[in-house]
This record gives sequence, C-alpha cells and structure tokens, in this order.
Amino acid sequence: MKPQDIAELLDEPACGHNNKEKSGCARPKPGAAAGGCSFDGAQIALLPIADVAHIVHGPIACAGSSWDNRGTRSSGPTLWRVGMTTDLTEQDVIMGRSEKRLFHSIKQAVQDYSPAAVFVYNTCVPALIGDDVDAVCKEAEERWGVPVVPVDGAGFYGTKNLGNRIAGEAMVKHVIGTREPDPVPDHLKRDGIDVHDITLIGEYNIAGELWHVMPLLDELGLRVLGSLSGDTRFAEVQTMHRAEVNMMVCSKAMINVARKLQEKYATPWFEGSFYGTSDMSTALRKFAEIIDDVSLTERTEALIEREEKHLDKQLEPWRDRLRGKRVLLYTGGVKSWSVVAALQDLGLEVVATGTKKSTEEDKARIRELMGQDAVMIEDGNPRALLDTVANLKADILIAGGRNMYTALKARVPFLDINQEREFAYAGYEGMVELARQLALSLENPVWDAVRKPAPWDMEGEA
Amino acid sequence: MVELVKRNKALSVKPLKSSQTIGAALAYLGLSRAIPMLHGSQGCTAFGKVFFVRHFREPIPLQTTAMDQVSTVMGSEDSIREGLATICSKSKPDIIGVPTTGLTETQGSDVRMAIKEFRDQHPEFEDTVVIPVDTPDFTGCFETGYAKAVDGLIEALVQPVTEKDASRVNILAGSHMTPGDVEEIKDMVDMFGLTPVVIPDISASLDGHLPENDFNPLTTGGTRVEQIRTAGAAVATFVIGASLKPAADRLKDVTGVEDYRFDHLMGLDAVDAFVAALAKISGRPAPAKLKRQRTQLLDAMLDAHFMVGQARIAIAADPDLLKTLADWVSGLGAEVVAAVTPAGAQSLKTLPVESVKVGDLEDLEMLAKGADAELLIGNSHCVQSAGRLGVPLLRAGFPQFDILGGFRKTWAGYAGTRDAFFELANLMLSTHKGEVEAYDSVYAQRNYANSDQREEEHAHRTASPGSGLHH
Repeated sequence: MKPQDIAELLDEPACGHNNKEKSGCARPKPGAAAGGCSFDGAQIALLPIADVAHIVHGPIACAGSSWDNRGTRSSGPTLWRVGMTTDLTEQDVIMGRSEKRLFHSIKQAVQDYSPAAVFVYNTCVPALIGDDVDAVCKEAEERWGVPVVPVDGAGFYGTKNLGNRIAGEAMVKHVIGTREPDPVPDHLKRDGIDVHDITLIGEYNIAGELWHVMPLLDELGLRVLGSLSGDTRFAEVQTMHRAEVNMMVCSKAMINVARKLQEKYATPWFEGSFYGTSDMSTALRKFAEIIDDVSLTERTEALIEREEKHLDKQLEPWRDRLRGKRVLLYTGGVKSWSVVAALQDLGLEVVATGTKKSTEEDKARIRELMGQDAVMIEDGNPRALLDTVANLKADILIAGGRNMYTALKARVPFLDINQEREFAYAGYEGMVELARQLALSLENPVWDAVRKPAPWDMEGEA
Repeated sequence: MVELVKRNKALSVKPLKSSQTIGAALAYLGLSRAIPMLHGSQGCTAFGKVFFVRHFREPIPLQTTAMDQVSTVMGSEDSIREGLATICSKSKPDIIGVPTTGLTETQGSDVRMAIKEFRDQHPEFEDTVVIPVDTPDFTGCFETGYAKAVDGLIEALVQPVTEKDASRVNILAGSHMTPGDVEEIKDMVDMFGLTPVVIPDISASLDGHLPENDFNPLTTGGTRVEQIRTAGAAVATFVIGASLKPAADRLKDVTGVEDYRFDHLMGLDAVDAFVAALAKISGRPAPAKLKRQRTQLLDAMLDAHFMVGQARIAIAADPDLLKTLADWVSGLGAEVVAAVTPAGAQSLKTLPVESVKVGDLEDLEMLAKGADAELLIGNSHCVQSAGRLGVPLLRAGFPQFDILGGFRKTWAGYAGTRDAFFELANLMLSTHKGEVEAYDSVYAQRNYANSDQREEEHAHRTASPGSGLHH
C-alpha cells in the first residue's frame, strides 16, 4: 500500500478525532507498546465472513499463532475457522517465489474448499520484498472464477485501528455493490409490514450476541442485508449498498465504510449500540426514524415497551444483589458511555471510565451520565489501572481481556467486555447475562480466599 | 529408516507450526526478572502474547520494538535502542532477550550493532543483560527458536569456573517440557541430595502461581542470570531434548562438565536411565519413593496395556514432543499410524514410525483418516479434526486454549508417565473399541408376534418428516 493511501485512510472526516490526534498515525513507542498491528486489525474485521477462505500471505508467525482465535460465531459455514497461510519459507523470500506460492495457494483453497470468495491478507515480509498481491489476486480471480480480494494491511503500516479501516476500504472497493439483493420471498411477507433493508457495520457477533438482537429485527421486518462482519456471508456483503440505513455499531473502527457508502450510494447512517436497555431501544428507534415508516415506528414503540417491561421484571432480583457496587470501567470509544448507562441501569455505581479512544462527543455523554466530575482514565497501563481501582475503592474492574490476568493477579474481580469475551451482552437479553456475570464474579468466595493470609503464616500475623 | 515426507502443497491449512520468534520468547520467560522484546511490528508481539496468555492463563511480559513504516524503510536500529532504554528505565530487568522476526531479518536489521550502541549510550543500564537471537519465522519452528535462544544464553553468559559445587547439576530443558515436567524432574534430582539448576526454568515462572505483589512487569521466577554464568560449577549436566544439541555441545565445550543426554523423560526406559544416572552421580541408591513410583508405573502399564496395545494413534507435534509421545505410546504396544511435524529435524530419524510428514493439521487429518487412527494427540487446534474424525483427542503441546491446566500437566517421570497412561487408556475406553453391534435375528421368535406392528411403525416414521411440513 502506498504512503498516500495510508495517509488518506488516516484522514477520516467523519471521525471526531480527525482534527487532533489521528488514531492510526500516533507512533507506538518501542519497549512500551500494547496492541496489535494493521494485519491484526484487518484480519479480525473480516474473519467473521463465514464462507470465505481467508489466506494470510506471509511466513508462519502471522497466522500460526492467531488462527481460529476469534470469539465470533457463525450460524452456518465454518470455513472462516480454517486457518490458511502461504507459510513462506526462506527460499520463497530469497528467490522471489512468494507470488507464485500465493497464486497456487489460492488455487488450492478454491479447489479443496469451494469458498464463496478468497480474501488475501498481505503481511510484513511480502510487503517489504514488494510482492504484487493485487496483481496475483486479479489473475487468480480470472483464472478460477472466484472473487479474490486483496487486503493490503501489512503489520508495519500502523495500528490495529488502521487495519480495520484498510479492511473496510477493501470491502467498499472490491465487494460492496457487486451484486443486487434477492427479493424478499412471498412466504416471508406479512400483511401491513414492509420489509426494510439495513446493514450493521462494526458488529462482530462476539459470543453470538447478535442473536439476542436479530429476532427483534426480524419481528420488526428489518432485513439485515449484510454486515461487517458478524455472522455474514460474502454474497450478503456484496449487497450492502442497497440498505436504506447503515448502523455503525459501537465502534468507530470502520467509520470510513459508513461515510463512503453515504457518499457513493447516499445511504444515511447512524452510530449506535446494542449494549444496555436505553441504547438498545435508541438503536431500534433510530432505524424507524430514518426509514420513516409510520407502521414501523408504531410497531417499534410497542416492541420496546414490551421488551423493556419484560426485562425490568427479569432484572429486579439482580438489581438487589448488585446495588451500590462500585465499578471501574476501562474500555474504548462508544462503550465508555454506552456501557456506563447499562451498568447504572443495574444499580451499580460507575466510579471511573476509560477514555483512551473516546472522542470529545463521547466525553460529553460521559459527563451527562456520570456528572461533571466524572473520573476519566486516559492512560490504561496495568499499574495505573490497578492503582485507580485501589484509590476509588472499586469492587470490580470491567475491561478488555488483555487486563484480565493483571486484575486476577491483583486479586481484583474482573469482567471481560471486549472482543475476547465469552458471554453475549448485547440486546435486552444480554443485560440479564451481564447482571448474572457481574454477580457471579462479585459474590464468589474466591476473593476472601485469595485475600486472607495462610493461618500458619507467622509474618502475616506480625 | 524413517522416511521424511516434505511439504508438497502451496498453502498451509490449519497450521501446526508456531514461529521461532515466540519459541525463543518462551525460553526467556523461563528466566528470572526477564522480559523478551520481539524485534518486529507490534502484531508479532500482540499475537505472541495472546498465544501465551491463552495457553498459560497468566499475564505474560512481552514487549516489542514496534516497527512502523519509517523504521522499516529507514532502518530499525533506533527502535531497538529506544525499546531497550524504555524497558530498562521502567522496570530494570535482569535480562532482556531480543528475538528477531521475519520482518527484521528480511530488512537486514543489525541487532548486535544496535545493542552495542545501546551499551555505549546507556552505561547506567549495564546491570541488565541483553541477548539477541536470530529467529525469523520463515525457517524452523517454535522448537528451533527456543533451542537457539538457549544456545544464545550459554554463548553469552557461561564462563569457565574453577570452583566446583559437588551437589549441583545443570538441566537443559527443551520446549517439549511443561512446567509440571520440570517440577517433577527437579523433585527427582532433589531426592538424590543434588541441587538442580534448570536452564531455562519455566516451572518457576509459568507454573500458574499467585505472587505476593499485585503487579509484575517482569517474570516472577525462573533461572537467575548468575546461575547460568556459573553452570561450569556443576558436576553433571542433563540435556533433555535432541533440539538442544548445539546448546549442549557448547556448554560442554565451555565448561567441560560431563553431560547425560536424553530425548525426553517419559516412559519406563527413559526414566530408568535418568534415575540410574542420578544414582551414579550422587553415589546414592534410588530412594524408596521413586522405587514405589516405579512399581506404580508398572502396575498402571499392566492395567492399561489392554486398551493401549494396538491402539492406532496419530500425533501432531514439534519434533522433540513428537519423539516423546511416539516413544511413550509405542512403549506400551500402541502403533503410531500418522506422525506430523511442522519442520524437519535430525531427531525424527529415530522415531518408531515408518514415515513422518512435515505438514499441517489438514495433513494430520487426512493421514489419520487414511490409516484409521483411533485417537489423536495434538494441541487444541486438533479439536475440530478429532470431531470430524470421530475420535478422542489427547491434548499435548502448544497452544492449549480450550482447557484449564493443560499447560502444566506432568508427563515426565514415573508418576507423570503413570498418570498419562491412565488418561490415554481412559480415552481409548471411551471409543468402545471392539464392542459388537447388536444384531437382532429375523428368525428370532421374539420378533414374530409384533412384526405387523413394527411394519406400521416403520411406515409411520418414513411418512412423518413430510407430514411435519403441513403443521
């Protein structure tokens, strides 16, 4: 990828960060860096597309320790879980045989696994030796008649966030708009209900949480044409340009996709979240508002009333158990406020929230929810995080999986809220799961066990 | 003669291989107050970290030189210096290991020059040892990276010593040994009144313990730098793992200490030889506890031979671990019908198999299917393959992310081998091998009376899926 292409991706007018620090271009500090690379970001953004052969072009490290490592779920094909890599050898690198190996690899994947498409992820070594991945993909596509999409996000291009955008860019450039949606079949039509097409961008169906939401969208007659990229298929992504509205779910990672689809196809988009009762209801209302169908609006309001009432009853016993517990929330972007609302809804007190990846807009919403003096944590290094937990007397740390063992070693209860989590917190049903997991952790007798000294420990007594 | 079948396809599917780079990182994680800093882009470290965190369920100290476009094109020596200085000023480690990656090897980064410049510019950090190792991921595998790092430690640190310590023995432990294995072997050495120094000792850092401090940016245990420096004081060295041959040769050259080499310490013969060597070195007879454990192992083998004998087993692992497991199961009459390894190695020639495939888990699955394997041994990625083949899986090697405790399971020694046989036999029992399928004779009189009814039932059953559509 050329430097100007990268610069263009970093310049994102729709992003609230754009005027100051650009998330993709802040240079990571050697010896004190955390987080993934562009390849990591590109791969995780697209891997959930379930019927695609995802080929990592490079030596073994990129795929070898990362394949089948994504906690997203597919309701059908399992091809996305099959790790594929050109596993380049020293000879390939020295003799310039890596392009040839890639070409034959694509053939092998197509012949052995009949994928709907092949995605080729470029990595550092082939990027450095100058493999023309675009040309190989183009030729392979012509030769074998299966779409072959280059995703040029080598690790040294920059951060994981940049990789997300590169992935989104590849979809806009090569995939979205290459097929028209199928008409809604007659047997799925219901009297008085028009089916409206939507897409979800930046939703990954982690732990299957999208399935808490999909039944409600079905009930309302909202057809998810395709998504980026939770539980979706290649042929669905191809039709995403025909949506009436795109929802940017809970993350600015692929904001470039929403903006470009608006520019190219005049599709309106909104940013929303499925976490917490109020955000879930807001998201549903937003769809109805933008689509502007009276019947849909009425049915949406009725559904929200029914679901909120039902949820309220389900949450009641949990609220009693969780009330007054102090939470330190450390997560990025939209989640820094959307999860706050969810937690407050459960009766917990959020004592601080992380704002490393949040925009000014996000911060304003945090103040709205937590008051003017809300404690915001910018630097999330483990030591600082543990000190904040202690200073604010938090009962539990809610953060990404990266901090899990840091918290446990410090004998601090922990709940995983990021992409590695194993439980589904989205939608109304997800709130009950969230409450259950919070109580499970907070009430466990293990915390007493790990905090008291052994009775025979003389030093402890002195 | 074992035939080594080389890679014969372009694409690697369901890779078995992990990189040399993170193999080297594991070796440094077995040192005290240490941190590896991978020289590559951020992802090299991020992926490696997740790999280890999910396997060990521990926070893993691992840093990166965070290569970006500028350092990739203009040279990355500055990144090394900056990274080292940052880590030293933040957490003052005893040792930093710097494994290289495919990116920096392709670039031609001069790590040794960068470290020398760091030394010149930062005399204030002279107490921290910095050791580079060349571990590009386009050659070798996890095991070779680990072995290179161990060799590098010996090259950089071991010095000739004049004073001997009559109780000290060195143990060079290969990457095929778990923290539980190393613990077991230390205990055995201890029983003979000897003091073991394991290089590197992951049983002291990655055994899964709750340290007193609430936060540790470095390893919380492991071999101390000083212990490696004084390796020459030992009366003997045990080398466990054929991959450590270069390191063992070097250690012997530098120190002159007599060594005893083993491929592994699993199975009766290997453990017997180890115990005999310990008895010889210490001048003591085997202690009662070990004698008792040996009788337990023999008894377990008798109990298990019914299930393990003739069991058809497929194994996927790095060479040293493959050798361990193949020797172990064939020691009780099982047949290794498929053996897959990610990279070639000399040691494979002594495997009790006809051929070894250098390949991936797709190869394993196909070979296992073709050979009617009844059980798989391999890492957590084999779960799906085992499911498709309809056979049980015994988890071994890296990574084991779908179970707890796999990372520290003890396989070595009499006791470890005993328990491993129990597990293997139980898995074989779960296959219900040899059970006869029920057969109901058409002439049996019990079947005359209700034959009409049975026909009706049959007719109903065939019709029901269709009728279900109308509901």
